[in-house]
Amino acid sequence: MANTIQVDVVSAEELIFSGQAEFVVLPGVVGELGILPGHTPLLTQIKPGAVRMKLPGVEAEEFVFVQGGFLEVQPQQVTVLADTAIRAKDLDEVAALEAKKAAEEAMQNKTSGEEIAQAEAELAGALAQLEAIRKLKHRA
Amino acid sequence: MAGSKEIRNKIKSVQSTRKITKAMEMVAASKMKKAQDRMRASRPYVLRALQIAMHVAKANTEYRHPLLVRREAVKRVGAIVITTDKGLCGGLNTNILRLVLQQHKEWRGKGIEVDYVAVGSKGLGFLGRLNANIVSSVVQLGDRPHLEKLVGPVKVLLDKFVEGTVDEVHVFSTFFVTTMKQEARQLRMAPIPETFLTPGGEERTAQAQAGTWDYIYEPDAKTLLDGVLRRYVEALIFQMLNENMASEQSARMVAMRAASDNAVTIIDELQLIYNKSRQAAITKELAEIVGGAAAV
Repeated sequence: MANTIQVDVVSAEELIFSGQAEFVVLPGVVGELGILPGHTPLLTQIKPGAVRMKLPGVEAEEFVFVQGGFLEVQPQQVTVLADTAIRAKDLDEVAALEAKKAAEEAMQNKTSGEEIAQAEAELAGALAQLEAIRKLKHRA
Repeated sequence: MAGSKEIRNKIKSVQSTRKITKAMEMVAASKMKKAQDRMRASRPYVLRALQIAMHVAKANTEYRHPLLVRREAVKRVGAIVITTDKGLCGGLNTNILRLVLQQHKEWRGKGIEVDYVAVGSKGLGFLGRLNANIVSSVVQLGDRPHLEKLVGPVKVLLDKFVEGTVDEVHVFSTFFVTTMKQEARQLRMAPIPETFLTPGGEERTAQAQAGTWDYIYEPDAKTLLDGVLRRYVEALIFQMLNENMASEQSARMVAMRAASDNAVTIIDELQLIYNKSRQAAITKELAEIVGGAAAV
């Protein structure tokens, strides 16, 4: 068997991705993480961004957008418990731009700390989505 | 022989019963579809969350989260009993409550005290009759489960576990297997179980590496373990509720279909009796007329 690692990306609504990959890149809170098969056990939180996977025998990388969540790495397995995950092809640039605008407006209008924090989180999500779309376009 | 009027009335009453059961069957069928979709959609997440929790339980973690601690002597356990709010769903609640009763007796036999959290009014009523110690309850959950409603009551029990007054937390719920088949099961929620039986009957165990090991944590162990295990608890409870709801609607649809079919059989039988008695009355009248004519 080729040197691969089992990758599962799940959100509360559905199983987004499940399969073997040669290499995975994930947006950890501390920084981008590159995971190869046989990685030492690791537990981290992830921030909004794109999960990229190099699948065996496929030239192009597989993209999944996650809105944050948790990541567990075992030597033969990577599991992402995403808060919300979207397959790259389902990403909508217009919707993301609108979400970004709405979040920015919300930030200006909100006063309490909690509201600002929530708007900030929304903005970060929208920005990460846009970033993922940009990467995707760049590649295409 | 019963009078033909009584039989006619009886037929009418069975017909209206059939109308009701048929309507309930159709309502349950449409709700069942949604409930099953919801349940299927969230299954993968729960399974992965559980798997991670089982891995974490195997790891030699630097920060011992209370949910990971096994206690040698079990003196008091907590049990979350998930049932439906409404009846008329076949043997669903009976099965789960039978399991609860059996386990209750076993625990009491060993001198273990049990604290119950009742989810669903059927279970609440049953536990009340059992004179069990109910610490909290939630009823009237509606057709769409909301996690917010559940978090409070369940937290009561988990807090007790963390404090150390309760040594184990179990969940009793119905698992959806197919539309025709639902299974009452018991699952230990805390401490984290070693194995888990999927609804399909597959056994899952932790697939972490052997020996003594620990994770690399980014940023730190406490936040991460707290976050991961909270997700595990929430996802598990939510899924149990989803499974129970899908099971409820499926069981109700099947029960109501059986009731409608039985009503049709009864109507047919009554109709036959009615026709026979009517025929007999006509024959008798004819015989009387002929007899009378002969006498003249």
